[in-house]
Formats: sequence, structure tokens, C-alpha cells
Amino acid sequence: MGRSMSQISFQSVSRVFRRGSEEILAVADVSLEVADREFVAIVGPSGCGKTTLLRMAAGLDFPSSGSVLVGAREVAEPGPDRAVVFQQFALFPWKTVRENIGFGLKCRGVPAAQRNAAVDRYIEMMGLQGHENAYPHQLSGGMQQRVAIARSYALEPEVLLMDEPFGALDAQTRIEMQEELIRLARVNPRTVLFITHAVEEAVYLADRVAVMTRRPGRLAEIIDVAPVRRAEAWEERPIEEVMDLGSFTHLRTRIWKMLRDEREAKAEAPRVTPLQRRKAGP
Amino acid sequence: MGGAVAADVTAAQGARPARGRRRGAPGVVELGLLSLGGFAAFFGLWFVVARSGVVPARFLPAPGVVAATFFHLTHDPFAGYTLQQHLLSSIGRFLMGFALAAAAGVPLGLLMGWFRWLDDVVSPVFEGFRFIAPIAWVPFAALWFGTGIGGPILIIFSGAFPPCVINAQRGARLIEPHLIEAARSLGAGHCRMFAEVLVPGALPSIVAGLRISAGLAWQSLVGAELIVVSSGVGYLMVQGQSNLATPIVMSGMIAIGIVGFLIDVALRAAEARIRRGWAGA
Repeated sequence: MGRSMSQISFQSVSRVFRRGSEEILAVADVSLEVADREFVAIVGPSGCGKTTLLRMAAGLDFPSSGSVLVGAREVAEPGPDRAVVFQQFALFPWKTVRENIGFGLKCRGVPAAQRNAAVDRYIEMMGLQGHENAYPHQLSGGMQQRVAIARSYALEPEVLLMDEPFGALDAQTRIEMQEELIRLARVNPRTVLFITHAVEEAVYLADRVAVMTRRPGRLAEIIDVAPVRRAEAWEERPIEEVMDLGSFTHLRTRIWKMLRDEREAKAEAPRVTPLQRRKAGP
Repeated sequence: MGGAVAADVTAAQGARPARGRRRGAPGVVELGLLSLGGFAAFFGLWFVVARSGVVPARFLPAPGVVAATFFHLTHDPFAGYTLQQHLLSSIGRFLMGFALAAAAGVPLGLLMGWFRWLDDVVSPVFEGFRFIAPIAWVPFAALWFGTGIGGPILIIFSGAFPPCVINAQRGARLIEPHLIEAARSLGAGHCRMFAEVLVPGALPSIVAGLRISAGLAWQSLVGAELIVVSSGVGYLMVQGQSNLATPIVMSGMIAIGIVGFLIDVALRAAEARIRRGWAGA
């Protein structure tokens, strides 16, 4: 828990995937710093390697070159200091809501009484009262993702890694969850790395939005949203009002354009860049 | 052999339980009537063929004679015991062989599903062994264990073991990768991963495997009891055969059929129950 300025640090990270004899460069030389308590969203076309970046921070995947640091330590394996929220919720179907939320605390060896108190707190925070003993398949998609978020928050992790968490939800539920997340971030601020391909979602939620290029994924630009958000007090307003603001639409359109230019620029370029040889080190 | 393949098929079907009734499929009453019709046709044909004199009664006893013999065997000891006592000792052997196969096969399968290197080590040998029919072990079972309890159990075990391994391995391998990644991210160690993710995740497949395994174990029984000395349905049948008492042999066959059917019904019910609980999996 060092007071280092950046919680998550990607340092010239590249990732090469091997498919048969082919080598595919998924992420190319990405450097990105996420500060303590900062909310950074990564947007980009599908297949641009944004999920790969998140998985490397989670310790579920590893860079071919460069390094990924979380809390000043090189990531070597998955761990409860970096909670992951998956697009597919990844709840244990054989465990109740309670058992799912308490699982991480149980792994940590927290005694039952203390664990129950914590689980109760997060059940209340995520509005899951009355569903404590339900199984995941008995809940709607939105409810399931609430459980998954509660399960991550219950560990009080330094870092939250969210991989298109609302991608599988319907539009209405998605908006509710976005508001919920803003509320949660205010009560309980964390360092968040948030992957999405929905530009509006990124602008609404994040302090900074990192825009990635098509494969091989590089960072095209990083857009600072936080000053505008603070100046116009977005967090105090309902989501539909924020999304109507000139500043919001301006930022959104700018990112949209960036993504489209990206698509057109690369339209004729080959999709797959074969590598002669993997570079060793930065 | 066929059984191991059947285990795979069942596991695959199990992954997607049919919901509701297909249109045009028969209801419960029709189904009952159809089953009864099948039985009636079978016994009718048997009766007619036996009665017509085309086949000597020594080769094919009539249903009535078999029924009478069956009834007789339930209270008049043959080969030392009544039919129930023979059945009981058969069931005891079956349970021991089956329990041993499950206790060894399921953990081995789960470990093979989890550790790929173990799979690579075990699979080639296992794939070779599983095509050896249980009855092919009879000479060695007799040689190694004589007439002791070990011989029949080895034979039953060799029939019951493969589906336990295959289904546990497959069940573990097919667990949603995100669940394993989530558990690792939440800090689950190896033990907890096994107990709380791998076992429950693979359970539907494991139970399907156990059902196939029990069927094969029960089928292997007669082969197993060829080398048994004193009791068991297989032994009863061997004794009947050497006395040229075909109704006794057939009574043994019917008893095996009935008990096998009951075992299957019980395990099917257990399987359905678990699958219901896992509806979201």
C-alpha cells in the first residue's frame, strides 16, 4: 500500500499471441499510468487488445515484453488485491448470492461472523436485499452483475478491474448500473481500470479515457474528462441530463471520430502483422 | 467399451437438458401403455415360440415355467441359498467394486482435468486399458486372488472405472474458464478451488458418469461371479447351467435385469435432482 502516485502502470507493454505458425501482435508498446483512486476507461474497436491489457493487470495473462505493475509490484499472478468483474458475471452457479459475495473473504480466512457482517453491508449497498439466498440463475442479468460487483467490493481491493461489465445487459439496465457505479465510486473510491467499447459509458464514468487503435493495439490518445466533470458537477446530475450537456457530447463525438478515422486509416492495411522475432525487453 | 462411449454421450446431452415436452411426444399415460404393450408383445412372442414346440423346452423354457421357477427360488434354496440371498451377496460385491472405482476414478479424473501434464501421462495407458472387456480379466483375477473376494471386485472395478474417470475429467475440463479465473482472482488456493469450484462444477458430469459406471459394474457381475465359489446370482446361473436347468438360468437373468433397472432408476433420479439444482450452470 505504498503511496506511489500510480497504482497501475503499463510500461511499454506488448503482447504476441501465437496461433499455429502465425504470430499475432495484439498489444503494441502500450504505456499507461493509472493514479491512485483514479477511474480510467479504455475504449477501442473489438479485438484491439483492451481486454488483454486488463487481463495482464489481473495476472491472468502476461506481457511478451515490457512490464505491468500494480501498487509498484510486478504482476505475477491473480490476487484479491485486484478484483476482476467479468462481462459474463462469472458467478458460481452452485452458490447463493450470500455465498458468492462472501467467497473472497472466505478465501482470505475472515471468520464467519465478520464475513457475514461484511456481506450484509454489500448486499445493502448494491440493493440486493431479499435475494440473499437466491441462486444466480434466478436473478436478472443486472442483478447478477450487482452480485459480481458486490463480490469484488467485499474484498476491499486496491484496484478494481472491470472488463465490459455492462456489455451483456440491456440498455435500460445498463444506464442504471452506470449511475450505480458512479454512486459507488463516490462512497467508496477505488482505482478502477474499466474496459468498454461504449464511448458514452466511458465518458460518463471515467476520469480519463484511453483510446486504442485497431490491432495491433496502441494507445492513440488519452482524453482527460475529470476537469470537465468536476467543473459541471456531473456526479450530482442524473445521467440523461449529463449525456445532453454540450461538453459531454463534444467529448463523445471527438472520441467517436477518433475511432472512425482509425477504422478508415487501417481499412486497407493487413489485419495481421506477422512478426519476424519477438523483441526482448523495452 | 460401448459403455465408455455412452458415458460421453450422456455427459454431452446432460449439458443441455431438454426443457418441456416436445410437440407430439407421448404423455405419461400413453408412455405407460406403450411400455406395457412392449412387454406384452415380448412375453407373447416368447410364449408362442416356446409353446409351438419349434424350440425344445430345454433350450427355451416357457414364461410360465420360468415364473414358477423364479418364485420357487425365492423360498427354496438352490446352490446353497435362496434367490434373495444370492442377490444380496451379488449386490455386496457390486457395491464394493463400484465404490472402489468411484473413489479412485473420480478424483483421478478431476486431477486429470485440472493438471494437463497428468492427463498426458495417464491418458495413453488408460485409453489402452479401457478397451479390455471386464471379463478378459477373469484369468488374472483368478490367478491373483484365487477364489477370494478380490477377484470379482477386480472385474467389477475394471468395468466401472473408465466412465468415472472420463466423466470427471471431462466435467472438470468443461468448467467455464471465467469461473476458474474469478476464483483465482478472489484468492482461492488449490484446496478451495478443488472443493468449491472443480467438484461442484463437474458434479453433473460426474453423476452421469457414476450412473453409466454402475450399469457397467452390474453388467460385469456375471463375469465376476464365474470365478466365485459359493454364492451370487452369477454363481446361481453357472450352477443352473451345469444342471441343464434353463429356467434357473433365466430366473437369474431376470433378477439381474430387475435389479439393474432399479439401480438405474435410483441413479437417474439422483442425477435429475442435481441437474435441477444446477439449472443455471
